[in-house]
Amino acid sequence: MLNRHILINRKTIILETILTITNLNKVYNKYVHAVKNLSLEIHKGNVYGILGPNGSGKSTTLGIVLNVVNKTSGDYQWFGGTMQTHDALKKVGAIIERPNFYPYMTAKENLELVCKIKNIPFTKVQEKLEIVRLTERMNSKFSTFSLGMKQRLAIASALLNDPEILILDEPTNGLDPQGIHQIRDIIRLIASQGTTILLASHLLDEVEKVCSHVLVLRKGEMLYSGTVDGMTNKQGFFELKAKDNIQLESVLENHPSVEKITEDDGKLLVYLKSDLASEELNQFLFQKNIVLQHLVKRKHSLEAQFLELTNNHQSN
Amino acid sequence: MKRLLSIEFQKIWKNKASRVLSIAYFVILSLIALIASIKFDLGPIKIDLAETGIFNFPFIWHFNTYIAAILKFFLAVVIVSMMANEYSYGTLKQNLIDGMSKEEFIKSKFLTVLAFAGISTIFVFVMSLILGLSFSSYNEFSIIFSDLDYLLAYFVKLVGFFSFCLFLGILVKRSAFALGFLLIWSIFENIAYGLLKFKLFDGSEKVDTAFQFFPLESMSSLIVEPFTRLSFVKTIENQIGVDNLKNYSVDYLSIFIVLGWTVIFIFLSYKILKRRDL
Repeated sequence: MLNRHILINRKTIILETILTITNLNKVYNKYVHAVKNLSLEIHKGNVYGILGPNGSGKSTTLGIVLNVVNKTSGDYQWFGGTMQTHDALKKVGAIIERPNFYPYMTAKENLELVCKIKNIPFTKVQEKLEIVRLTERMNSKFSTFSLGMKQRLAIASALLNDPEILILDEPTNGLDPQGIHQIRDIIRLIASQGTTILLASHLLDEVEKVCSHVLVLRKGEMLYSGTVDGMTNKQGFFELKAKDNIQLESVLENHPSVEKITEDDGKLLVYLKSDLASEELNQFLFQKNIVLQHLVKRKHSLEAQFLELTNNHQSN
Repeated sequence: MKRLLSIEFQKIWKNKASRVLSIAYFVILSLIALIASIKFDLGPIKIDLAETGIFNFPFIWHFNTYIAAILKFFLAVVIVSMMANEYSYGTLKQNLIDGMSKEEFIKSKFLTVLAFAGISTIFVFVMSLILGLSFSSYNEFSIIFSDLDYLLAYFVKLVGFFSFCLFLGILVKRSAFALGFLLIWSIFENIAYGLLKFKLFDGSEKVDTAFQFFPLESMSSLIVEPFTRLSFVKTIENQIGVDNLKNYSVDYLSIFIVLGWTVIFIFLSYKILKRRDL
């Protein structure tokens, strides 16, 4: 009884960390250093976004942990290193870049093949096809599918084994707005069910909308790793407009919370040193006899933060 | 093993081209029986093939395995494309991501090779047995089941050849190029043989000894052509005065050489798969 208790305990501890990468390196053709000494940990239950410009090593990193790209050095462990990579991958759902299926098989047959590979019964096929709304087309050949349908089938395939973690590499690449929306909805649905997700993308609003954590890569190096809020939650800025912008500017320059003021398209962009509520600012200006025509408080978008982060490192 | 075979079977059977080729292969294989109805009538020379003794036990084992082996190209196309398609569809990558190990992947392909060769061998065995029982002049049990090592040679020959095709499919990644490579390789072996033997070494026997170690040469020498063994051909030869001292039995050295190549091809396929980034 005691033994069993320890076992269960250990199991929960092991499952907490799904993937550990330590000092991973990948050099292509002896001189292209695609991944540089990368270390990271993926914990259960979070939705991670991997951000990075093209060629930042996102896909290479995913390729390595998914057993299709050979690492040059370093290490990675699935589920605490308790099983071999290919067995661990049976508990992972992943799609990379574009959906890869046998074009001459129907959607259903393709999924059944995946079931055989993953060693699971066919019972899940129907259920997952329903999630991605492909039930009607399940007996059509894969080659007749549109890109959006192919991508949805890929998601169904990745979900077949009710994976511990879902890895998606650019899942909305090349899709039309409806397709993007559908995929996004599916991802949200899956995330709401508590599945860990790793979403690589260079579409920042996509990551901002669905992810709780974010990893920023550039040229194979990790620039940032933490929560999305932590990245965007620096002090925001105000967009202001008054009849007399010059007067407004001179008044604001003396406010203790203001860091700098720039003008853009007839509006003043007021950046802050410390937090300042809209009401407070409005009241302050009113007391100085300035009536605003326009007042918006904005947060830095993930995009702005991302560009700042990657650019800062570029100039170094 | 059952799981791997069922995966491969689904991949091949659902593909129309592969399915048609496989069926065509077995249909044409069974057409060997039609040879029985071939009758030449060239004025004074009348040849009824069924009467010439090609269906006599145990000669029929030799004759049918030799003829059946010619048809192996049908399945070679199936095997090469089964491998090359995995690359062009990107499904090799997906299979690995879905949790198949690289070892399992090669294993499943090799099992398919064994299955194709095994089914062909059983097919040829049953067909020859039926043909023989209907046409052979000898029906003693001990004669029927003598010289069965031709079937072993046939099996090994197919396994070796298909493994070569599999290896080329993995190496070249495109079915058309892989088949082209196969053709070029066979031409290369022949030209190299001719050049070495008749230009460089002046017809030396050593060249033959060396060449029996070449992959395609070793496969083809597994089953020596049976035609000059036929009684009517022998009669003609005797009349012209050609002495034929050819050894028609299965060469066990060749069997080991071909098995060696099979191991090399499968091992190299695995190594390539292991090293390549997908």
